Amino acid sequence: MFEISPTEWTAILLSLRVAVIATLVATPFGIALAWLLARRNFWGKSLVDAAVHLPLVLPPVVTGYLLLLTFGRRGLVGAWLADHLGIVFAFRWTGAALACGVMSFPLLVRPIRLSIEAIDRRLEQASSTLGAAPWQVFATVTLPLALPGVLAGMVLGFAKAIGEFGATITFVSNIPGETQTISSAIYSLIQTPDGDAAAGRLVIISIVIAMGALIASEWFARRATQRLHGN
Amino acid sequence: MLRVDIEKQLGEFSLSAAFTSEGRVTGLFGASGAGKTSLINMIAGLLRPDRGIIALDGETLDDTSAGLHVPPHRRRIGYVFQDARLFPHLDVRQNLDYGRRMNRLAVDAAHRARVTDLLDIGGLLDRRPGKLSGGERQRVALGRALLSKPRLLLLDEPLGSLDEGRKVEILPYLVRLRDEGIPMVYVSHDAAELRQLATQIVMLRNGRVTALGGVKVLAAGSST
Repeated sequence: MFEISPTEWTAILLSLRVAVIATLVATPFGIALAWLLARRNFWGKSLVDAAVHLPLVLPPVVTGYLLLLTFGRRGLVGAWLADHLGIVFAFRWTGAALACGVMSFPLLVRPIRLSIEAIDRRLEQASSTLGAAPWQVFATVTLPLALPGVLAGMVLGFAKAIGEFGATITFVSNIPGETQTISSAIYSLIQTPDGDAAAGRLVIISIVIAMGALIASEWFARRATQRLHGN
Repeated sequence: MLRVDIEKQLGEFSLSAAFTSEGRVTGLFGASGAGKTSLINMIAGLLRPDRGIIALDGETLDDTSAGLHVPPHRRRIGYVFQDARLFPHLDVRQNLDYGRRMNRLAVDAAHRARVTDLLDIGGLLDRRPGKLSGGERQRVALGRALLSKPRLLLLDEPLGSLDEGRKVEILPYLVRLRDEGIPMVYVSHDAAELRQLATQIVMLRNGRVTALGGVKVLAAGSST
């Protein structure tokens, strides 16, 4: 019963690739934004904060459609990127990664922000009196102390990315081998007669991946608390 | 020589202090809330004065009329906080080495050995700050500041968070430190402590300097 067919493997591997790339590319942006939101006051901060959380609240189909309008071949940014840098998102796996990155961004940023906010700023002051320039304070005190939060954010973002469906299918459609992830493969299978067994296998795989991510995330959160208590 | 002539408004509290000190150990004396910590935070560069000048050995660190403010990491002023503030993710050895790394100083094994001997912290090197007693933590914090080779050492009630027994444990180390010759600004609300350590006193009350001079000024109205 648990024979995974080549098409299913393709979808699983594509999902993993899309989610890994989306998470790795989004993480540096997530850290920068989390730091800004945790540590800086600037004009329009609450607007930026709301915008980051928007993909969490908007119907995914809306996010996908907005991505299509912006990053599609005739989209404002999409056309420029295709003409000048040769980067195409529309109907490619890279587009799926972009959609997953955007959808998982709020989940990635939040734990990082919380862990930066939890850091005792007096430690950063101590670091600067010992001769650390602001970037060194960040690299040697802030980031190491926030690391468990960064990893927790990456795990959650990855789990969200691997399950993303609505924005991805709207933006890059459901092309086997190119943009058909586990979610869109399940969607296709349950609309096909006799697709139930295959869909069931992919469902079980989704559950395993999601559970694994949640357990890993919990573990990192525990490490974070221990680390901040200096043990 | 340390020269301070500053004004700072902090909410309802206004701090306005002027003094120069040639002393090896300048004792900053006053009750809690007198503005002692704000004042040394300004000397460290962690807080910017609204108006005024701070200069150390002829180098201007703050001059608001010229828009000059040297950031803390370029001052080479060591700071020992009341609550030690050791880095929890680093062991004692890494904490001690931190200032040397940040200032890109060459490894100075002799200096490191002398400081660890002076403070008796050689046996703690592999421990994490979470596994240290309050007194040990404060000694490591002293060592960490010293090993960054500062031109001036600021100590903000370094005995403040310790009970009487621990104070007696740390005080001899501070006396040894004074005799090493590194200039210090020592903040305390305890006249007895300052009598043992300070060579010059700046008395602070409600954000104003009320007396300047030798340790004798502590005699008049010395009750904390």
